Amino acid sequence: MIWDWSFALEILPVLARAAVISIEATLLGFAIAASLGLVLAVIRIAVPWTGWTISVLVELIRSTPLLIQIFFLYFVFPKFGLVLDAFTAGVMAIGIHYAAYCSEVYRAGFDNIHRGQWEASIALNLSSWTTFRDIIIPQAIPPIVPALGNYLVALFKETPLLSAIAVLELMQTAKIIGSETFRYTEPITLVGLFFLAMSLVSAALIRALERLLNRRNTR
Amino acid sequence: MTEQPMVRFDNVSKRYGALTVLNGLNLEIARGEKVSVIGPSGSGKTTVLRMLMTLETINDGVIWVEGEPLTHMQQGGTLVPANLAHIRRIRAKIGMVFQSFNLFPHMTAMANCIEAPITVLGMKRADAEARAAELLDMVGLSQKKDHYPSQLSGGQQQRVAIARALAMRPKIMLFDEVTSALDPELVGEVLQVIRQIGREHDLTMLMVTHQMGFAKEFSDRVCFFYQGKICEQGPPGELFGAPKNERTRQFLHAVLEAG
Repeated sequence: MIWDWSFALEILPVLARAAVISIEATLLGFAIAASLGLVLAVIRIAVPWTGWTISVLVELIRSTPLLIQIFFLYFVFPKFGLVLDAFTAGVMAIGIHYAAYCSEVYRAGFDNIHRGQWEASIALNLSSWTTFRDIIIPQAIPPIVPALGNYLVALFKETPLLSAIAVLELMQTAKIIGSETFRYTEPITLVGLFFLAMSLVSAALIRALERLLNRRNTR
Repeated sequence: MTEQPMVRFDNVSKRYGALTVLNGLNLEIARGEKVSVIGPSGSGKTTVLRMLMTLETINDGVIWVEGEPLTHMQQGGTLVPANLAHIRRIRAKIGMVFQSFNLFPHMTAMANCIEAPITVLGMKRADAEARAAELLDMVGLSQKKDHYPSQLSGGQQQRVAIARALAMRPKIMLFDEVTSALDPELVGEVLQVIRQIGREHDLTMLMVTHQMGFAKEFSDRVCFFYQGKICEQGPPGELFGAPKNERTRQFLHAVLEAG
């Protein structure tokens, strides 16, 4: 028999604990991505001379594989005195990687704001901080929620890369179970199903959030 | 002692690449004076307002506000380009109303009017709201204070925009073709509000307008712009009644012909 139900049930609690790590990595990674991406996009507009530097940085991050960046943070940074544990290094790498993508999404959101909104802010003598916080960001975010949501799901599906630096997330746990029992079918299938379920749930949540924001905006 | 002019353009030029929009503009506006700017499109009239609001930089010359340079600051006896802190201090004296309203769409009429007083002037929310309520009442919109811009007509939006600008207690108000985007039947309510603030507030007003009738009735002085220069200026009676310049005559003829 290919599929053993009792074995599947037996390993489920172990995988469930690992799933918590995967979700933690996702949420922390996305928190970094969403906030750092926003910061990059804001600096790019508020301090024009940084534009070129940020473009190069974003391009560099987007044009190299995430796995290499994870290895870099975990194995190379210690040579420069920055020692991070595997989970921290992994989450930071994922967060920074997706921050590069998110910053482009925010930029598109800012570009869509009508010039008159900036001009009205100047005419009212708002500081650039207030202009971003109260005028530009609240208008720029709702239309880009779907794009940010896509990156949340994409980021989530990349967390198995953390198994490469032995973070005990789902994939790593499944691999360990497999190597100890010589049974890979159940753990790998369950991990796949878990990602499928979580991705569908997140997509539904994002759609709900989108509808909510749309409703608020078309008041 | 003669009083400082409220605004003085001193040999101000504005170019976009090879295109000269304003060419050595000299213009003084006295405290409390109402000045209308008319002219064909592309004559640089809107640019005058936008430079004074610091929405455009200038290439040559200096703009003065109440005897202080706006675009520059004094440093060791010479004028150097102003830093942001200086610009913001002087800019606080100026308010502007735009052709396309530019209300903040995610805020109610009331929120639009208290945003800057709270964040820029540091007013307490309750004080800002009381002041905004007065202003919204003055522009006839106290019933609409909790409405969002999308729920208001163009005329109502523009009146909120006027209240929003006044909430910052400017000394100078700039009106940039404020009725041009409105349906004809809504123009009157906005002009009525401008008339009223002209009467009740001690404001210096500079407006770009296509409403010749309003310019004639409301302003102390009318400036006719043509190709980046003031071609002719004078009291409305003179400029509209007996224009001296051929260009002015042609323009007025064409405008009055159109309706």
